[in-house]
Amino acid sequence: MSLLEVERLSKRFGGVVAVDDCSLSIPKGSIIGLIGPNGSGKTTVFNLITGFIPRDAGDMRFKSRSIAGLGPDRIYGLGIGRTFQLARIFPRLTALENMLVPVRRAGMGGLLARAQWGHEKTRAMAMLEFMDIGSVASMLGGALSYGQRKLLELAAVMMAEPELVLLDEPAGGVNPALLERIADHIRRLNAGGVTFLVVEHNMGFVMNLCTELVVLAQGRVIAGGKPEDVRANPVVLDAYLGA
Amino acid sequence: MNAARRFAPRVALLLVAIVAILLPVLEPNPASINVAVFTMMYVGLASAWNIMGGYTGYISLGHAGFFGLGAYTLGLGVAHLGIGPGYGPFALVPLAGLLTGLFALPIGWIALRTRAATFVIVTIAVMFMLQLAAMNLIGLTGGTGGLSLPVPRWSGDFYNTPFYYAMLILASLTIAVSWWIRRSKFGLGLLAIRDDEDKAMAVGVPTRQFKLAAFVISAALVGMIGGVYAYYVTYVYPEFVIDPLTGISMVLMAFLGGLGTLTGPVLGALLVEPAQLSLAYNFGASRLYLVFYSGVFLVVILLLPRGIVPSVRDLTIGWWTRGGPGRAAGPSPGPSTPAPGNVVAP
Repeated sequence: MSLLEVERLSKRFGGVVAVDDCSLSIPKGSIIGLIGPNGSGKTTVFNLITGFIPRDAGDMRFKSRSIAGLGPDRIYGLGIGRTFQLARIFPRLTALENMLVPVRRAGMGGLLARAQWGHEKTRAMAMLEFMDIGSVASMLGGALSYGQRKLLELAAVMMAEPELVLLDEPAGGVNPALLERIADHIRRLNAGGVTFLVVEHNMGFVMNLCTELVVLAQGRVIAGGKPEDVRANPVVLDAYLGA
Repeated sequence: MNAARRFAPRVALLLVAIVAILLPVLEPNPASINVAVFTMMYVGLASAWNIMGGYTGYISLGHAGFFGLGAYTLGLGVAHLGIGPGYGPFALVPLAGLLTGLFALPIGWIALRTRAATFVIVTIAVMFMLQLAAMNLIGLTGGTGGLSLPVPRWSGDFYNTPFYYAMLILASLTIAVSWWIRRSKFGLGLLAIRDDEDKAMAVGVPTRQFKLAAFVISAALVGMIGGVYAYYVTYVYPEFVIDPLTGISMVLMAFLGGLGTLTGPVLGALLVEPAQLSLAYNFGASRLYLVFYSGVFLVVILLLPRGIVPSVRDLTIGWWTRGGPGRAAGPSPGPSTPAPGNVVAP
C-alpha cells in the first residue's frame, strides 16, 4: 500500500524545467532513495511535496488524501516530516527546546501549556538519548558541531511521530563514523514503522540503506527498482553515474 | 548553592514588588511619582513590544500607532459615554485594549505578509497613516485640535498616585503575559520563528497565526497603556499620542536591556526613562534628550549588541565556570562546556 503518491508533478522556474511530469509511489514501511545528478530536481521534489513551493501541475496524495496546495505546517501536521540539505536547527534555542518546537495535534490547550512539562519533555530527552546526543540537551543549537546538528534535526523531526520522513542529504558533510550511526538510526526508526524518502549523493550510503531507488534526470524519472538493478541500468549509468 | 540560586530571583522579585507597591508612600513627592508613572508606562510598553519584536524578531517601529488608538478609544469612550472625572475612565482601559487589538488584526494580517526590512517600513507607514487619519477625521477625533478628557478633582499631592498604580498594574500584567508566553509552546514557536521561520514551518509551527497572535496581543497591551496615558495627560493630540519617538523609545529600551528576554525590556525602561525625563525637564526646550537617545543607541550597538541582560549573564556564567567566588580562576571552558555566549537569557 502506497503511503505517498506523486502524480505527474511539474515545476518550472522561468524557462528552466526543474521537475517534469514526475510520478513516484512510496510504499509504507520502505526506505526509498531518490538519486540523480546535480540539478536533476531532487530537492525541488522535496520542496513541492512538503509545500515549500507551489506546483505548476500534478497531484500529491498522502494516505489517499490530496496534499497539493497545503502549507508546510499543515503537511507536517498530517505526518510528513523533512530535513534540509544543510542541517537547519534553531541556533538560539537549546537542543531540548529544539526538540519541543515541533507542533502536531497540539490543540489550543497544548499551545498554551508550559513547553517543558511532563510527558513531552520526557519523550524529547528519550529521543535525544536515542540519537546519542542527550548530553548536549542544555546547549544552544548554535554551539553544536555539524554532526550533532544533523542528529538533532532528525531527532526533532521525529518528535511529532511522522509517518513519512524526507531526508535531504543526511550524509552530506558528516564523517564516516557518524555516517554509519545515522544509517543505523534510520534503520531503527524504519523498523519502528517510519517510512523514509532519502535524497543522497553518497552512493555507498544509499545502496546500503535503501530498499528501492528512483533516479531523476532533468526533472524526469528515468529509472527505478532495487539498488543492484539500478546500478546495472545502462540508462542510469549514462545519465548519472557517467562511467 | 543551587537552592540559593533558585530562590534568589524570587526573593528579588518580591522585594521589587514591595518597593513598587509602596513607592508613593516611600517617596510621596508628586514630581517623583510623575517620573514613576512614565517609567512604569515604558516598562509596560517595552515589554509589550518585546512580545512581538523580541520573541519573533519582527521589528515594528509603528507601535506608537497602537498607543494612539488606545488613547483615542479611551478619550472617545469617556466623551460619548458621558463618564465624569474620577475612577470611572479607568474602567474603559480594557475596552481600549480590546479595540486596539481588533484594529491590529487586519493591520497585522497585511503587514505580516512581509518580512525583515519591509515589515519595518510597513509598520512605520501604518503608524503615519493612523496619525494622518486622526488629524483628518475631525468629526470623530477633533483633528489637530485633539480631544480633551475630564480632569480628576483629586488633590495635587494625590493626583499622580492612581495613575501610578494603573500603570503599575498594566506593566505587571504585560510582564506576566510575556512570562507566560516565553515558557509556553506558543512562545517557543515564536522564538523558533525568530531563529528560522522556514524551518519553523517545516516542523509544523503555524507561523502566520503565531505571528498574528503575538502582534495582536502586543498591540492590545500597548493600547491599554495608551488609554491610561490619555487620561493622565487629559488631552489626546495626534502628534503626541501617535509620536514616532514613543515607538522608538520602546525599541531602544528592549534593545538596551536585552531583546527577546523577559527582564531586558524592564531593565531598559528603568534605566532610560528616568534619565530621559531628567534631560527633558532640564533641557526640554532644546530636545537634548534626543541626542541622549542617539548616544544610547550607539553604545548598545557598539558595546552591547545583545543587550545588558544576556551580556551580564554571559559574564556571570563565564565567571562561575572559571572558578566562582573564593576560588582561583580555573582553566577556560573545555570543548564540552557551553561557552558563555551559548546560554539562554531569561
